[in-house]
Amino acid sequence: MGPLNLENLQKEAIAEILESYPEKLSKNRAKHLGVDSPEESKGACDTSRSNKQTVPGVMSQRGCAYAGSKGVVWGPVKDMIHISHGPIGCGQYSRAGRRNYYIGTTGIDTFVTMNFSTDFTEKDIVFGGDKKLKKALEEIDVLFPLNNGISIQSECPIGLIGDDIHAVAKKHKADSAKPTIAVSCEGFRGVSQSLGHHIANDMIRDEIMPDDSARKDFESTPYDVAIVGDYNIGGDAWSSRILLEEMGLRVIAQWSGDATYKEMAIAPKAKLNLLHCYRSMNYIARHMEQEFGVPWIEYNFFGPTKTTESLRKIAACFDETVQAKTEEVIAKYTAMTDQVIAKYRPKLEGKTVMLYVGGLRPRHVIGAYEDLGMEVVGTGYEFGHGDDYKRTKEEISRSTLIYDDVNEYELEAFVKKLKPDLVASGVKEKYVFQKMGLPFRQMHSWDYSGPYHGYDAFAIFAKDMDLAMNSPVWSHTKAPWDTEEKGA
Amino acid sequence: MQNVEQIVNGQKLFLKPEYQEVLKNKKEFESNMGSIDPSKVDEIAEWTKSWDYREKNFSREAITVNPAKACQPLGAVMASLGFENTMPYVHGSHGCVAYFRSYFTRHFKEPTPCVSDSMSESAAVFGGLANMKDGLRNCNAMYKPDMIAVSTTCMAEVIGDDLNAFVQGAIEEAEGELDNVAITHAHTPSFVGSHITGYDNMIKSILEQLNPDVSQRVVDEERINIIPGFEPYLGSLAEVKEIAAMFSDKIVMIGDHEAQWNTGAGEYQLYSGGTTLADAKTAINAKATISLQKYSTVQTAKTIKNIWKQEYVTANPIGLGGTDAFVMKLSELTGKPVPEELKKLRAQLVDAMQDSYPYMHGKKFAIYGDPDFLLGLVSFIVEMGGIPTHILCHNAPRKGWEDDMKKILSKSLWKDECNIWANKDLWHLRSLLFTEPVDFLIGNVYGKELYRDTGIPLIRIGFPIFDRHHLHRYSISGYKGALNLLTWITNAVLDQLDEETKNIAQTDYFFDCVR
Repeated sequence: MGPLNLENLQKEAIAEILESYPEKLSKNRAKHLGVDSPEESKGACDTSRSNKQTVPGVMSQRGCAYAGSKGVVWGPVKDMIHISHGPIGCGQYSRAGRRNYYIGTTGIDTFVTMNFSTDFTEKDIVFGGDKKLKKALEEIDVLFPLNNGISIQSECPIGLIGDDIHAVAKKHKADSAKPTIAVSCEGFRGVSQSLGHHIANDMIRDEIMPDDSARKDFESTPYDVAIVGDYNIGGDAWSSRILLEEMGLRVIAQWSGDATYKEMAIAPKAKLNLLHCYRSMNYIARHMEQEFGVPWIEYNFFGPTKTTESLRKIAACFDETVQAKTEEVIAKYTAMTDQVIAKYRPKLEGKTVMLYVGGLRPRHVIGAYEDLGMEVVGTGYEFGHGDDYKRTKEEISRSTLIYDDVNEYELEAFVKKLKPDLVASGVKEKYVFQKMGLPFRQMHSWDYSGPYHGYDAFAIFAKDMDLAMNSPVWSHTKAPWDTEEKGA
Repeated sequence: MQNVEQIVNGQKLFLKPEYQEVLKNKKEFESNMGSIDPSKVDEIAEWTKSWDYREKNFSREAITVNPAKACQPLGAVMASLGFENTMPYVHGSHGCVAYFRSYFTRHFKEPTPCVSDSMSESAAVFGGLANMKDGLRNCNAMYKPDMIAVSTTCMAEVIGDDLNAFVQGAIEEAEGELDNVAITHAHTPSFVGSHITGYDNMIKSILEQLNPDVSQRVVDEERINIIPGFEPYLGSLAEVKEIAAMFSDKIVMIGDHEAQWNTGAGEYQLYSGGTTLADAKTAINAKATISLQKYSTVQTAKTIKNIWKQEYVTANPIGLGGTDAFVMKLSELTGKPVPEELKKLRAQLVDAMQDSYPYMHGKKFAIYGDPDFLLGLVSFIVEMGGIPTHILCHNAPRKGWEDDMKKILSKSLWKDECNIWANKDLWHLRSLLFTEPVDFLIGNVYGKELYRDTGIPLIRIGFPIFDRHHLHRYSISGYKGALNLLTWITNAVLDQLDEETKNIAQTDYFFDCVR
């Protein structure tokens, strides 16, 4: 398809959706949908509205502030216990679904895949839950003596019934001499999980950053770095830190996938903070810069092109020894990734992809697809802000449909119109598109595979995309007696 | 580094020596005890297996650890999806809906339609009326449902939104747009009961709000309703309908979500199957209603019995006796004899039970799940001569359930060895499994960690099951469903026997080819 045709088709797709909407809805959604291309001077990446209230009554894919705090930022900190404070559901729905890998003896010294809940009843709503919370904290310390702290993740009712969880946490911290951190991340706050990230970051700032006990005797080296904003989904942070270590750097902290309390507390000792998920952790990176003078840079470890670029960018912050080693690392792994590309690119070349995810992925994974010769024709963020869209502009290389907080109705219509070869989004969307006969990969959980960060991980990414695109199963949709094509 | 000829994902990648080195080096910066003093971890792990720990664990009053229940609106969403062209609509934050949709989708491997009206801080202050007004119109315009079934999240409940007034207000202001869509609504506070309570409240509300007043009831002597309850096994719904159809074509399932979560490839349909609204609107006219989950329909029963003055009975068609009772009830209500086909299915089941009994006989089981599921499964275990040593129900109803369970256990040869644990969680169960071990564990995906910790094999029967595929397509109800249960459990016993005897030149004399 020619570039102009693609752009026209994309614009048409938007127009058709907006026409089908009631006026108020149409007016609202028009601001979130657009087209942009590298040549455009003020396209959708610059103008798109984002981080706004979701219109009521649609099937949004967004989560809530609790999901952003408990599910994303705090939950993966492995040697702390995270209480879902409120009714039973939130903790249950978010239990062990996110694949934040970690090493530890679950239930004894690490607790990530477990679900701790104060299981509110009507009585707690009416009379308040502070006493129950205090008792819960005490019971946890008896039954799980190796916990290195407890965080209290508020569910919706907490902020509505006037409980003072921060006072309870303060009291328990004094009684137990262990970190006890109350997080007011009630699900109704803000418009998506994004505010939950921010609130969670603020509590790291207020409760962990001032704790210098682990920093006091810490022996620094000039090569200390911290990975910030990698949730170790499928082991992403592990396949990242190996590269940094081979470059001659020392990764002293990994946030928050496979993180421990100590790693959170010693991060200000890093000479440089490496920020992967900008959206969820830029707040704390900025704080560490202001408070401790730790500079930070963003990087992208999806696909060899971006990984190599990022490694050089990181190396440039260090001395020539590191830079020389980095070139060796790049040479060593590029030999392998070249073979991966030689093996898979011919099978994937020219295939089109539509993305809809959150965090950094709507822009960060574009390069990895392009390394395989695949073309991203649409992308959008569940909970991005203006700065995310601006950063997206640098990554797109053709006319690209940009959709913010896209709902199920719109995504389905866009896919039907643009007919991509692959859709990469989340589990809620997965089966909608597979029913249409479209290959699909979950790009939140790596579809139970991964890791996808780093060079070794790119081999897995390539293999997975080939598996999805070239499986024989998609050819079975049409029955031998069908005369018409079935599926999208 | 990856070998391009043999690319491996994380499972094997991280076993490579260079990654083992990375993980080892990381320990220097870590604070979990395993990285500081592994022997301390062993010591505490050992202690958690003790009676001392069990006592401390069972004296918990405030913290729940690894629950085996979910919250009301989840059940309300399932109930709503049992009706044709119905969009579940959750009045509250969209985060909840993202969770419900993911949860069902991971279990069924199918899309789960559901919208919310995205209430936020302003709604917390001013109430959610504005959200409801826009939400219902947008939902109707985009998804063109015949019915919108509104449930609530805890947020809406805490701020005290008046659903009935909100829905009426929204309809009045919708310029006629909402005149042709049925809008039903149920309060489903997450801090009361569990997902089965939400199921109950939604079915009750739909029936009450769609049906006319009892004064207009015109009894149809042939019509019978069946309410399946919170049923995660789609095959069970199919089998129950199949059995019912053998008696009469005027038996209607109320809340039939089978087709919604079982659509074929080729085309995506937002809605599929479900009880027709015509049938739902005339439910009051039936001669009788049979609930297959007594404890998922406690409130619904009150409407049917006390307001509709309709005959209301319960049957739990899991296991042989449960299915027999269901079949006899159908025979009684329809006045027809038990069909030959069913007699044959029963005989085949009993034959299979008699073929396989040595492997379940005397085996100890721990089992957890929803109240009615447990009544069915435990009765089947007892019928097979198994010992339901630990029966754990986290969402145990206050009234009646324990007595019902005791009645079932009274038939067991080992009735004194069976324990009922009401309102306990899976961390309690962990202590039970260490202090009073069993041979097999039966439950949902969360039993996986108990299997890892205790070594007791997990037989996956329950909800949710995220880590095995397609089990939900089978039936666990009726005679064929009981045969599935028999097959799964017996073969799990045999798998374990092979596992225990496979060591060559040591135990493999018992590694038999014929069992």
